[in-house]
Amino acid sequence: MSAPLRYTRIAVVLHWLLALAIVGAFLVGLYMTDLPFSPQRLKLYNWHKWAGVTILALSALRLLWRLTHRPPADAPMPAWQARAAHAVHLLLYLAFFAVPLTGWAMSSAKGFPIVWFGKLPLPDFVPKDHDLGELLESVHAWLAYGLAALVLAHVAGALKHQFIDHDGLLSRMSLRRP
Amino acid sequence: MLKHLAPWLIAAALLPAGAATLQPDKSELGFTFKQMGVPVDGKFKKFEAQLDFDTKKPEAGKISFTVDLGSVSLGDPSYDKELAAATWFDTKRNGRASFVSSAIRPTGAGRYDVAGKLTIKGATQDVVVPITLTGGVAAGSVAIKRLDFKIGDGEWADTSIVANDVTVKFKLAFSGL
Repeated sequence: MSAPLRYTRIAVVLHWLLALAIVGAFLVGLYMTDLPFSPQRLKLYNWHKWAGVTILALSALRLLWRLTHRPPADAPMPAWQARAAHAVHLLLYLAFFAVPLTGWAMSSAKGFPIVWFGKLPLPDFVPKDHDLGELLESVHAWLAYGLAALVLAHVAGALKHQFIDHDGLLSRMSLRRP
Repeated sequence: MLKHLAPWLIAAALLPAGAATLQPDKSELGFTFKQMGVPVDGKFKKFEAQLDFDTKKPEAGKISFTVDLGSVSLGDPSYDKELAAATWFDTKRNGRASFVSSAIRPTGAGRYDVAGKLTIKGATQDVVVPITLTGGVAAGSVAIKRLDFKIGDGEWADTSIVANDVTVKFKLAFSGL
């Protein structure tokens, strides 16, 4: 059986939905931490947490889909580039889980557990602990910066295929049906 | 003669003598509220209580209680500093909250409804606090509305961010009760 020419419809929708959610959560995360103590700050923190848990849930769904559906074959390119692209994909998937999970743990450690959309209380898998909270805060931030760097590498690779290689790689992930 | 008197003397010594002394290290005063659905616990570290109470004549009892609002803590120094500000407890002008009982009504074995006036930030409300009394420890909780006392004023008055309902929980250990 030969590899398909493009990603499945579900994979494409999840890709763009998560791209939007992750960029949005990252920007809100950058902005909110500098705000003074205010209702606005609390609101954005909660929205950021809700978005993070949503990203975590959708990423789990996406990983399951990815593992059960064959992706398209690599476009013709040097082997090192293919390896680099796959490494970035693998690290991206790791970050999709590591960033929300450290944020969740950090919320628990700081004593402000997540109540998803203000309705569903999520369990705490770490205890309330001030020092642990501070540690998880920096781990969460650095992982988020790491994820941002991976996204930039991923986008740079896609743009190279589109505008330098002209190999039509992007159409595999297009929301428009061929 | 003394043999017959002894049980009575012991019983008399064990009877509540009237005024009881609060044991702060065995007592707790905390509160719970919700911010966007998230339960948050806080506590006051410093408070005093004067109790004049006889279980045989509960109606004649009196409880007064003062809380050092500046001792409030959510467990994080940065939040505690904010809570001291004028918008919240305004501890510079209102260092203390108080509760003074006006009537104590027994409602069952070791159970009482304590009616009284609660004053925080210059606002006074009538509240009824149900308590249970076991082994010299008075425990209970009472629901109050923070906006009745202007706790969280101005932009913080928005109850969709911080709920109006606050549950105050306490466990007060007394010696000599």
